Amino acid sequence: MQAFARLLDSLSFQPARNAKLRLIETYLRETPDPDRGWALAALTGGLDFSSAKPALLRGFGQEKIGEELFALSYDYVGDLAETLALIWETDPAAGPPPTLGEVVETLQRATRTQTPAILKRWLDALDSTGRWALLKLLTGALRVGVSARLAKQAVANIGDQPVDAVEEVWHGLEAPYRPLFDWLLNGAPRPSSNAGAAFLPAMLANPIDRAELDALDPAHFRAEWKWDGIRVQVAASGGLKRLYSRAGEDVSGAFPDIIEAIDFEGVFDGELLVRRESAVAPFNDLQQRLNRKTVTPKMLKEHPAHVRLYDVLWLESEDLRGLGFDERRARLESWIAQKERPRFDLSPLVSFADWAELAAKREEMRADGIEGLMLKRGDSAYVAGRPKGPWFKWKRDPMLADCVMMYAQRGHGKRSSFYSDFTFGCWRDGAEGRELAPVGKAYFGFTDEELRWLDKWVRDHTVNRYGPVREVEQKLVLEIAFDGIARSTRHKSGVAMRFPRISRIRTDKPAAEADSVDNLLRLLS
Amino acid sequence: MAITTATETLNPRTWLYPTPRGLYCEPGDFYIDPAFAVPRAVITHGHGDHARPGHRKALATPETLAIMRTRFQDMPDTEQQALRYGESVRIGEVEVGFAPAGHILGSAQAVLAYRGQRIVVSGDYKRRPDPTCPPFEPVPCDVFITEATFALPVFHHPSDTGEIGKLLRSVATFPERTHLVGVYALGKCQRVIRLLREAGYDKRIWLHGGLMSLCRLYQEHGVDLGDVAPVSEAILETFKGAIVLCPPSAIADRWSRRFAEPIAAVCSGWMNVRARARQRGAELPLVISDHADWPELTQTLKDVGAPRVWVTHGREEALVHYARGIGIDAEALHLAGREEEDS
Repeated sequence: MQAFARLLDSLSFQPARNAKLRLIETYLRETPDPDRGWALAALTGGLDFSSAKPALLRGFGQEKIGEELFALSYDYVGDLAETLALIWETDPAAGPPPTLGEVVETLQRATRTQTPAILKRWLDALDSTGRWALLKLLTGALRVGVSARLAKQAVANIGDQPVDAVEEVWHGLEAPYRPLFDWLLNGAPRPSSNAGAAFLPAMLANPIDRAELDALDPAHFRAEWKWDGIRVQVAASGGLKRLYSRAGEDVSGAFPDIIEAIDFEGVFDGELLVRRESAVAPFNDLQQRLNRKTVTPKMLKEHPAHVRLYDVLWLESEDLRGLGFDERRARLESWIAQKERPRFDLSPLVSFADWAELAAKREEMRADGIEGLMLKRGDSAYVAGRPKGPWFKWKRDPMLADCVMMYAQRGHGKRSSFYSDFTFGCWRDGAEGRELAPVGKAYFGFTDEELRWLDKWVRDHTVNRYGPVREVEQKLVLEIAFDGIARSTRHKSGVAMRFPRISRIRTDKPAAEADSVDNLLRLLS
Repeated sequence: MAITTATETLNPRTWLYPTPRGLYCEPGDFYIDPAFAVPRAVITHGHGDHARPGHRKALATPETLAIMRTRFQDMPDTEQQALRYGESVRIGEVEVGFAPAGHILGSAQAVLAYRGQRIVVSGDYKRRPDPTCPPFEPVPCDVFITEATFALPVFHHPSDTGEIGKLLRSVATFPERTHLVGVYALGKCQRVIRLLREAGYDKRIWLHGGLMSLCRLYQEHGVDLGDVAPVSEAILETFKGAIVLCPPSAIADRWSRRFAEPIAAVCSGWMNVRARARQRGAELPLVISDHADWPELTQTLKDVGAPRVWVTHGREEALVHYARGIGIDAEALHLAGREEEDS
């Protein structure tokens, strides 16, 4: 555990990709099984302990130093696991610290009621870095700037293999990955690749705007709606059925309705949506279904999931990725025509003669559930990553509102010394005349330089402090961009914005001229 | 009927209180560590937010006055009065003395006695041993004024030897690279050099030009820094495997481009918190602080035994909460001109 803690500690301070790779490679080479396998699982997000919830850690901290001091400490550090690791003191009588393998295997066997006592013993035995790493591991948020892809790259490097070779066998393996290390380091045969249900790295699009389109020939491109759901990959082969996020995360568990409906073999690219009758439900409804370990029958009934297909990568045992988009599309259309499948349908192409016509269609399309347009070259092969040229996304323009900053809160993590979370409001008529009603909160959209400016502005214009929150003078107008607006009973103003971000700081505009809540309500229709 | 003594009736806030210019002692008509130039100042130590130029009269330890002269062009216009640890002097109706604070060379707690009541203004302090200054001395008092720079239970500064060990291990692991160590020019710089020497590192230590004059002053006061030289004097030096000390701001400055793939090490108590270390761009954060950590602060309140504690600059809230929890009458004292600096 201490070696793994040192690895995470070094990684967290090391910004350079190559140096990170070297650190992971060195660790994987020098650490015996099964610890290195568990470490790899941790770095690729493959370990999941539901036994250490934030509430448990908070409880430990409060027990140690009292509620008030713990709250002040957490507010300062901005990270629960780190706070607890720092306030805890090592007990010299606690015995040797646990190994990583011991931690993982113990927790997998331990019951919910046994966990707290075990955890306390480990916290006593480890040093502060060890405690931090242990708690990061248990809460499932390592945040050391290592993606699953980078970790796989490191493991590929120690065996002199390309990363895609590791990617191909990956989904057939389980932690602690002994066959993988045996193959890469000890000359054992390559593990079976379990081809069909494996995730195939997704093809992504680059953003584009109206002006840039003029440089492109419309005849070369096909357009389709960009649905406002979650991009997924449906993969089925040899009896295995999986649903992956576009990053390769297996989300099958949360969508049994989709998995059950798979009666085919192949790999498809599509958008996961909640669909009632023929209408796509707002993104909010899909959100109810995400990040769930188990799904209730009620959930399945009220928020039925659906996949709208964009593309086909494999059909039965044939790899179609090398074909052009038009050919794949033809295969997809004839396949979907063969059989009615209520959980799957085809995303239609949008016909257009020139960019002006497409722009007009994009303008007209104000329906919920559409984020904009996708443009794909008719001859584009399906290539992993984000190649420049073949695919573009032309998002709907955001809505804009001028709001007034009301409160600011310090951020977490890297931003823990900056006021970076801003609550803003719009005007309405109150009991004592015009007043601001909070309509949303934004914590991005600004550059680092603007953040420094905003932070200083907040410090210079504070009128009240409530713990980590500062109330500011109602003077600064922020232009807020957002993708949608909905009625909300949870917000005082009665509206909730989707994906609000700060698009401009309007020092030129007096606060009195900012928008009213009524203006926002008019956007609802 | 109980006899009421002067100590019990005298409210300490009537004779020592914060003003916009700094902490003011009325019956002595002087300020302690004022933020602006005043007619008469008592200075606890030489850091910039405590010692400022332009006072008509300044009372401080001989070491602190020497530091101030180095920093403020000899201060010809200030009438300087030196007072050693353990000595005292009368200013107006107040008896003023100094006790070691263990913070940096010359750092002192100001001990003020008036009508049988004693207030100790500790200035900045720490409790762990420092090879460059005598250790903090707890002085029993009626009111103890404490700093609160690291007054949160998350601050447990690890042992100095462990942190210096980290630096030396990194130097051994990357012998082809330069280790740039960001240190505050006064106190931290000289302490880190001494810690390196005590850990057996006897090679030349290179210094940023801005650190030279105070290092010389420490050497004149008997602190043996060994072989140190300014970077500007280097001839045919590649700095591979070298340790170079500089102000933290110089790490990101063009100045640092002359070194071989430098590794940025930063020595500060703030390095204890990851987000802070990352903000500073530290690749090798070293938790070495000249301020008391949480266990030292809380231990000091117990050692001093003052029934009243006033808490200044830093995280007052947590320490006030803690002190009240152990039966001390504690409150925050907001002083002008105190900023968070390299600690």
